[in-house]
Amino acid sequence: MDKILVGLKRVVDYNVRIRVKPDGSGVVTDGVKMSINPFDEIALEEALRIKERGDASEVIAVSIGPPDCQQQLRTGLAMGADRAILVEADQETDPLAAAGIFLEIIGREQPDIVLLGKQAIDDDCSQTGQMLAALWGRPQATFASKIEFSNGTASVTREVDAGLEVIDVDLPAVITTDLRLNEPRYVKLPDIMKAKKKPLEVIGAGDLGVDMSPQFSAVRHEPPAERQKGVMVEDVDGLIAALKDKDLLG
Amino acid sequence: MSKVLIIAEHDGTHLNQSTAKCLNCAQSIDDAGADVVTLGNQCAAVAEQAAALTGVSKVLTIERAENEHAVAAVMAPQIAALADDYDYVLAPSTTFGKDLAPRVAALLGVGQLSDVMSVEGPREFKRPIYAGNAVVTVQVPEGKKIVATVRAASFRPVAPSGGQAEIASVQISVELPGHTRFVELLSGSSGDRPDLQTAKVVISGGRGVGSEENFEILYRLADKMNAAVGASRAAVDAGFVPNEMQVGQTGKIISPDLYIAFGISGAIQHLTGIKDAGTIVAVNKDGEAPIFEIADIGLVGDLFDVIPELEKHL
Ligand SMILES: Cc1cc2nc3c(=O)[nH]c(=O)nc-3n(C[C@H](O)[C@H](O)[C@H](O)COP(=O)(O)OP(=O)(O)OC[C@H]3O[C@@H](n4cnc5c(N)ncnc54)[C@H](O)[C@@H]3O)c2cc1C
Ligand SMILES: Nc1ncnc2c1ncn2[C@@H]1O[C@H](COP(=O)(O)O)[C@@H](O)[C@H]1O
Repeated sequence: MDKILVGLKRVVDYNVRIRVKPDGSGVVTDGVKMSINPFDEIALEEALRIKERGDASEVIAVSIGPPDCQQQLRTGLAMGADRAILVEADQETDPLAAAGIFLEIIGREQPDIVLLGKQAIDDDCSQTGQMLAALWGRPQATFASKIEFSNGTASVTREVDAGLEVIDVDLPAVITTDLRLNEPRYVKLPDIMKAKKKPLEVIGAGDLGVDMSPQFSAVRHEPPAERQKGVMVEDVDGLIAALKDKDLLG
Repeated sequence: MSKVLIIAEHDGTHLNQSTAKCLNCAQSIDDAGADVVTLGNQCAAVAEQAAALTGVSKVLTIERAENEHAVAAVMAPQIAALADDYDYVLAPSTTFGKDLAPRVAALLGVGQLSDVMSVEGPREFKRPIYAGNAVVTVQVPEGKKIVATVRAASFRPVAPSGGQAEIASVQISVELPGHTRFVELLSGSSGDRPDLQTAKVVISGGRGVGSEENFEILYRLADKMNAAVGASRAAVDAGFVPNEMQVGQTGKIISPDLYIAFGISGAIQHLTGIKDAGTIVAVNKDGEAPIFEIADIGLVGDLFDVIPELEKHL
């Protein structure tokens, strides 16, 4: 195999406690820690392992978004990606637009595999990989927890509601990662220095000719409904009594 | 009148309850009724189960050898062709629907709404973002088909109608790809225990349970309470239980009447999966564990003392 394309989305770090802006226009992102989407870190780790065992020659990290995404791409380069592409867009891209952009990059790079996260933890859409596979007319293997290759085919174990499903997909294909696929490596200081010299190409989203107009409009944001304050019980008797009180013990 | 198409989820013999939940959602879009499509290979029983549900106008069956297993790349072109006649295409927000709906939407050239939690108007919906820490109301512009997944925990299943809707077999002549092949389903199988996504009572264990063997006491309690068993990601990652038991943002989103968490700290990604439960009970030996912030009933204690004592009372 030749190339692997990996998507790295810049998102609010998963440890941040999300707050909705008082005017309902969105969530607070000013001064908030931003990171690589955790599923994308897993995608990159998998790509690197595939390359390290000799099944691929080059790993290219791609991010779509504002100039600040370069931070996440540099982290990806420090992890071991060979080069990076930033598709600069001022507006937020929805999954259909992101898929359209990935398709253009595929046209330029001709990868054998595109590894994306199963979902971005900001919009929680879980759509981009599937949409890209549809537009590309190629297979999708979503929610992957294991990937093996032989003769131009990937055998992918998928985490589905019923358990684990195995499918075979012909390459090229889109694979989206689930949490248990691997544990991403830590970045070491010397690698951060080295990453500064690796190529990072910037392309304007407008230059790709993809229709980026949003599919939906967000009317307002609000915090989720709060649950009522509960009670603490002292012991098992108290627990039983509280459950009986709510008519929850048959 | 708007026409709604629901993609049924099934295993060849049983219709998944998520379909009845999609029907409930469809009723809040248009109470005139919705059509349900079943794709399969000799799955007449499933079509009949669907036809018996309230709010079903018609069941369309697409029987084809290629539809034996739910492979999104194979199903999507068939549904996209069928969608010509519809304004809405709904699928459940399960791994089945999440895999399929975006592929259908892209073939139709439209965006897709994930995890619809309520219908605010014919083209206005609420959905959770940031692991449920914010809810956004979105509007779909006029003139576009709406493809959406329905968040099962937000809708009750519709009841049987007492009647039987028409079942019609449809032929769709689209070319199907051979590039994606189902190999096998490896299931951890929870035996005769109730299904995690439909059970009225769910008992969950986390890292605090300690081992695969220790989970036995949870299974025993669950069997006494006719409950399903779930787990945190940490318990799954540690190999105590199989992946299909994971509850949370990236596992299953559930809405039982009663949820009891043993040895689970209450990370936001876990809480996302249980916020719709009727009553949440938390047993944790750390009184500061964040799960107590959302528990309706909290008990600070060691699960290995609490569970045997609980069992004695049942
Ligand atoms: C992108 C992403 C997605 C995620 N998705 C999910 C998801 O879907 N579901 C999920 O669950 N997690 C998910 N996580 C992981 C989540 O952040 C937590 O790491 C995980 O939920 C912790 O599991 P836990 O509560 O079992 O373990 P811990 O946090 O280690 O808590 C164990 C608890 O057990 C208690 N305990 C220990 N011994 C006993 C005892 N004998 N009796 C009573 N109590 C005891 C301890 O006090 C502690 O509170 C996700 C994380 C990320 C980054
Ligand atoms: N703006 C983006 N930049 C890079 N990758 C993206 C972007 N948007 C989506 N992706 C990829 O698509 C996956 C799924 O995103 P989503 O469909 O939004 O849940 C992410 O995990 C990324 O791998």
